[in-house]
Amino acid sequence: MIRVQHEDFDIGAEIAALTQGRTDIGGVASFIGLVRDVVGSESVGAMTLEHYPGMTEKKLQEIEAEANRRWPLSASLIIHRFGRLEPGDRIVLVITASPHRQAALESCAFLIDWLKTKAPFWKLEETAAGPQWVEARDSDDDAAARWIKDVAE
Amino acid sequence: MRVLYFAWVKSKVGIGEERVEPPAGVATVGALLDWLSQRSTKHAAALANRSVVRVAVNQEYVGTDHPVKPGDEVALFPPVTGG
Repeated sequence: MIRVQHEDFDIGAEIAALTQGRTDIGGVASFIGLVRDVVGSESVGAMTLEHYPGMTEKKLQEIEAEANRRWPLSASLIIHRFGRLEPGDRIVLVITASPHRQAALESCAFLIDWLKTKAPFWKLEETAAGPQWVEARDSDDDAAARWIKDVAE
Repeated sequence: MRVLYFAWVKSKVGIGEERVEPPAGVATVGALLDWLSQRSTKHAAALANRSVVRVAVNQEYVGTDHPVKPGDEVALFPPVTGG
């Protein structure tokens, strides 16, 4: 399941809803991304997340489907917010559930790594020097690349 | 053809979306970028460094050799920074 929304989300409620009534799930893994107030040496007041309505949802669905092909998942959820967010605000939630912990943990890491390099979102940060678009980082590409060897199959 | 711009590409072009009718000879993404660059100095500035412009045609990432045709939705944007 994927959701792209401006509204905040309740982590506990989302995990509870995903596992409600399920007795086949042995482990749940989650990742929560938050807005930081310092990036590098720059102080960030807030940020605005832009996205590409339509393609963003499509890419998130593809990424989630890929995770389900690679790991035996009982359930999964990606929520990504857009619009203006302040330091401390939640940006993204990834939840994966599986009979076994390894599949849950690995697929959760895969989802956030792939999402960061494939889902069309862009961050505009408010800094002392004015609004600045965040540049993509090589380290994010590297993090995503470690999952690529399995894609070619 | 519908062309969408996002993030700093949108800021530089000055608009988020436009409808264009390139001549029939403009049949690939690369040719479309060349043609769009000549529409205004803003377009030229936004598309000056092709290595930092990503392209999606009908919401799929594509390279500069990918074909484009009337009715396509073409989106131009920088490398993504979500998550």
